[in-house]
Amino acid sequence: MEFLTQTRWSPYAVGIGIGILSWLSFLISRHPIACSTTFAKTSGMIERLFRGNKVAEKPYYQKISLVVDWQYMLVVGIVIGSFISALLSGDFQWQWVSPIWDASFGSGVIPRIALALIGGVCIGFGARWADGCTSGHGISGTLQLAVSSWISVLCFFIGGILAAHVIYRVIG
Amino acid sequence: MDVQKQNRAPLLQGLAFGLVFGFLLQKGGATKYDVIIGQLLLSDFTIVKIMLSAVVTGMIGIYAMKSLGWVTLSPKSGSAGMNIIGGLIFGVGFALLGYCPGTIAGAIGNGYLDALVGGLAGILIGSGIFAALYPRLSQGILKKGYFGDLTLPRMFKVGDWVVVIPVALCILLLLFLLEQAGL
Repeated sequence: MEFLTQTRWSPYAVGIGIGILSWLSFLISRHPIACSTTFAKTSGMIERLFRGNKVAEKPYYQKISLVVDWQYMLVVGIVIGSFISALLSGDFQWQWVSPIWDASFGSGVIPRIALALIGGVCIGFGARWADGCTSGHGISGTLQLAVSSWISVLCFFIGGILAAHVIYRVIG
Repeated sequence: MDVQKQNRAPLLQGLAFGLVFGFLLQKGGATKYDVIIGQLLLSDFTIVKIMLSAVVTGMIGIYAMKSLGWVTLSPKSGSAGMNIIGGLIFGVGFALLGYCPGTIAGAIGNGYLDALVGGLAGILIGSGIFAALYPRLSQGILKKGYFGDLTLPRMFKVGDWVVVIPVALCILLLLFLLEQAGL
């Protein structure tokens, strides 16, 4: 059981594990692994807390339905599963700023949070626009050979690689 | 309208799958800003290795199960307007935030506060903005170049395995080349 407390596994082992997990999720739950819809639901649910049930009647929220479902619990599970894994290997740590960011932009929390916030807005917005993220399109969609997913993943990485180079090679 | 009583089983299954997925992501290093940004800066290929390994494994297994009649596919519908523009916006966010929706959940579990405080709020806000704009977007840009739930085999009008096998071989070749290049 020593492998459970290892800090890092081979990316191939992890990838194969995720692939096998996909087989099971199709077979047992009839759901592909996907994450971004859960955040859209949560956004709607929070808005509904403040502005009442009419929020649930917005066309988009009718489409995705503001209920806790399989995918919602998947994302909850990811948080817990990651926590357990980090705990087992001693890798859990509260951290505001990572080493790579620190090396270019310093340890200031506010700039990091500001950019994380803007980035998060783009991720939330872009994932809904593309109707999927790196799990839904990037893994589940591409393995099904969905054209929508292959295009999306290509653009995720083109956009991401260009933007990362601007941030770290031009600005940083 | 009566609210249907939630059948517990799907919720518990989702949780179980999430636990394993989160565990795997964390062990893979995918919950870390440095690993994800390292990939986008093309200096750390952990993320691509994980994703390609998952895709080749998943693709072969799921298409095999499809051939056996055990599962049906659920490819997402798409359009040029949706997938190209949405993909690029997502990509920019990916570089700014350093996490994606799945890995941000994992990052939160790993203790990374930039994910919990900045990133999570951002994703919720961004999703909410989309929901607000959806009625207009869905009638316009999101429909441009619509191609539906097309899959590559159907697009090329060939049998599944005519695409699956070459794709699998290409992925394996790519992984081999990455290893050879020391990346």
